[in-house]
Amino acid sequence: MILYAPLVIVTIYSFNDSKSIITWQGFSLRWYFDMFTGPESAKFKVAASNSFIIAIVSATVATTIATLAATAIVRGGAARYRTASLGLLSLPLMVPEIVTAVATLIFFNTIGFSRGLTTIILAHIVFCIPFAYLPIAARMQGIEDTYEQAAMDLYATKRQTFTRILLPLMMPGIISGYLLAFIVSLDDFIITNFVKGAGVETLPTAIFGAVKMGIKPNIMAISTALLLVSVVFVTISYFVAKADNKNK
Amino acid sequence: MRKFLKTLSAAAVLSLTAQTALAQEEVVVYHWFEYLPQSVIDKFTEETGIAVVMDTYDSNESMLANLKAGAMGTYDVAVPGDYMVEIMAGSGMVGSIAEGELANKGNIQDMWMDVPFDQGRTYSIPYQWGSTSFSVNKDVHPGNVHNTNLIFNPPASLSGKINMLDSQGEVMALAALHMDIPQCSTDRDQLKALNAMLLDAKQHWASFNSDTTKDLLVSGDAAVSMIWNGYSAKARSEGANIEYAYPDQGYLVWMDNVVLLKDAPNRANALKFMDFLLVPENIALVTNYAQYSAGVDGVTPLLDEALRTSPESNPRAGIKAEFVQVCDQATQSVYDQIWTNLRK
Amino acid sequence: MEHSKGAAGAVTDTYAKERVWLLMPTWLMLSILVVIPVLIMLVYSFLTKEFRGGVIWEFTFAAYDQFFFDRGLFGDEPVKIEWTYISIYWRSIWQAGLATVLSLLLGFPTAYYIATRPQNSRAVWVFLITIPYWVNLLIRTVSMKFLLRENGPLNDFLLMIEVIDEPLRLINTALAVQLGLFYSYLPFMVLPIYASIERYNFTLSEAASDLYATKFATLTRVILPSIKPGVIAGCILVFVPSLGAFLAPDLLGGAKNFMIGSLIEEQFKGSAGNWPFGAAASMILLSMVLILLMVFSRQQKKAQPQGGQ
Repeated sequence: MILYAPLVIVTIYSFNDSKSIITWQGFSLRWYFDMFTGPESAKFKVAASNSFIIAIVSATVATTIATLAATAIVRGGAARYRTASLGLLSLPLMVPEIVTAVATLIFFNTIGFSRGLTTIILAHIVFCIPFAYLPIAARMQGIEDTYEQAAMDLYATKRQTFTRILLPLMMPGIISGYLLAFIVSLDDFIITNFVKGAGVETLPTAIFGAVKMGIKPNIMAISTALLLVSVVFVTISYFVAKADNKNK
Repeated sequence: MRKFLKTLSAAAVLSLTAQTALAQEEVVVYHWFEYLPQSVIDKFTEETGIAVVMDTYDSNESMLANLKAGAMGTYDVAVPGDYMVEIMAGSGMVGSIAEGELANKGNIQDMWMDVPFDQGRTYSIPYQWGSTSFSVNKDVHPGNVHNTNLIFNPPASLSGKINMLDSQGEVMALAALHMDIPQCSTDRDQLKALNAMLLDAKQHWASFNSDTTKDLLVSGDAAVSMIWNGYSAKARSEGANIEYAYPDQGYLVWMDNVVLLKDAPNRANALKFMDFLLVPENIALVTNYAQYSAGVDGVTPLLDEALRTSPESNPRAGIKAEFVQVCDQATQSVYDQIWTNLRK
Repeated sequence: MEHSKGAAGAVTDTYAKERVWLLMPTWLMLSILVVIPVLIMLVYSFLTKEFRGGVIWEFTFAAYDQFFFDRGLFGDEPVKIEWTYISIYWRSIWQAGLATVLSLLLGFPTAYYIATRPQNSRAVWVFLITIPYWVNLLIRTVSMKFLLRENGPLNDFLLMIEVIDEPLRLINTALAVQLGLFYSYLPFMVLPIYASIERYNFTLSEAASDLYATKFATLTRVILPSIKPGVIAGCILVFVPSLGAFLAPDLLGGAKNFMIGSLIEEQFKGSAGNWPFGAAASMILLSMVLILLMVFSRQQKKAQPQGGQ
């Protein structure tokens, strides 16, 4: 998998004893100890938890909003709405991040909203929406409505039809949308840096300087640890799902 | 859905607590990335009981953009470069420090007291200063390095292996030194010549990059790179066989300054923070970390031996050194256009 | 996207009555936090620039004038059309387009492969695609740069297996930028396609093969139309962000030439400090993409009747 090639480098160099990534000075675990005991470990811990809270909340809200919107647009008739809504929904994609950042900051300041986690989450929800919406809507367009018709013929209410029939069918789209929103939020630097306010750090803002000023192995170590956590997470969920299937 | 509501409310609570936790005595510092070591922050908090709340930026201009977009009044101090101090003062974004408010003001070196961007230091104090020039890989170019021809009119051996800083001010100012014209020239022939010279030089350049100059030199991907002196020293200590140039035509100096911002919410604490950074022992910690130079008396004996004697911190004698100048608006727009021409 | 019951691509009016309520959160959220900021920038693009960042509240067309007209270095030559910015836009569109094609070429088979895995390993594959993206984009791009270096691992490997005789010059080329963009945005292509293909009823294609349709015909006539929405969604998600990207062009392409992203960024974060021009440039980008989307969705509507057959 090509996707993983650059990451192999990240992993290898996280074990480098040198202070710079360019030169290899032997195998060492020092950057992993540094991660927990180094002078900046507290900062990274807070930043990582902030990042995950923001990513989870924004992805969840964005996906919920996008699912509702997709239902309205794909299953709500009225073709005229569709083009307008598609335009509106992809608007956050089209505006360059730096412009959104400056404009959003101006807006928050004008209405006297003080910066903090809340402003970050609001801004993230907004730019996550198109990433959540597009896969969900694409999925929904592929679902024939015969199932729903059948359910309604059997006197299921609209709500029941939605939660029991449509929602499960849409799941792959929703999961895809959620994951995209999640990684987009986890990755964002420019907008976050403008709307976050002093004293709040997320992973990208905490490591950005360190990476820009010549990427150091401690950043590589943090990234590797993050990868490890996510791989473990996926493996566990895989086995849980498997066990679930067996029980059925 | 319930789970989702739970997460949401948890986050709401968290963000609330994050905002109420700020009741303690604090100073809000808007600073460059990776420029203030954690040990110095801890020392300050230990000595004064004042917590340091940090926010960071990656360029003078992005700091200015953030402040102009309405973040003024939320920060106490910022650390702009020399020309940016002048711009901020011109836009009325700095506070003022009365005589006697800074106990350690006397520690500032004489040469940094009456600087063009703050005569008599009424709103800023020195943080670090250094120089901008370029470094040359001695394996590729064993000869004399002290000439700006190496970047603007290079020999064939260096052509295509040159990295320039992605910074209009510094490239233009060095180009002006190379051509021996004033930095904010209004002479049309000089400007046209400058434009032509840069366009011609561009064919020899491989890239514009300010952030990875050190890695480019250490890895050998670039044989010549414009670079800041402290960075060049770090590249050399990581094994690059390079020499930092003090070109015959001149080189650039810059100084980053701690500036008291207008409407600082914790003005008294900000002054304590500035006073703290004027103590030689404290600012020496920063200098040893950043590998530049402090503008405070009594720092030299406290520096690491390697830094004190490094060629990057000891310029060749008798070479012209200039700050990047702030041009007036009409002149600047010509320079902006030359820069755009160069990058189209 | 036309009203067509029953067929793949079902767009119905089941929830027409609830439509307003379902759309409410979207409209509220987006109009407050996107439309208002966009309007702010639209206003800014017609204001006078304050020297070195900021705006002065005086109405002017100066920013748009600067974009489209060339008055020479000193502003007093006869007016010509300014090609500088148009060529920057053209180059960016070209780059983003190639990156999109690249992502589609690789993303489609990947999505198809995932969708044809057994039910419970699909989720694992989907996660595997996104996991690399838990690592920050900047780090990924820097690693990519390291990989592509002249004496980097990729060249070493290619030299070792003797595919090439001398190292390829990849870094600071347009190809490196496309690779970078492709790598940055691949999951944005894979996941939407996967989402629409996963649902795809493979028994239907089996039926088609039973009816002696060739594999190719099955693909083009039966599978492609039903996953078109996913492909379109993927293309939008890769193409549009690629247009404004600046990390890959900066780090991998050497930044010798401006792209839309870096041009606009320079206006706010660089020494140019020309907010109205940055705002105007974004408005031009915005209207360009909007028009593109509109033309696209109109064509879709026209194409639909035949596509449904």
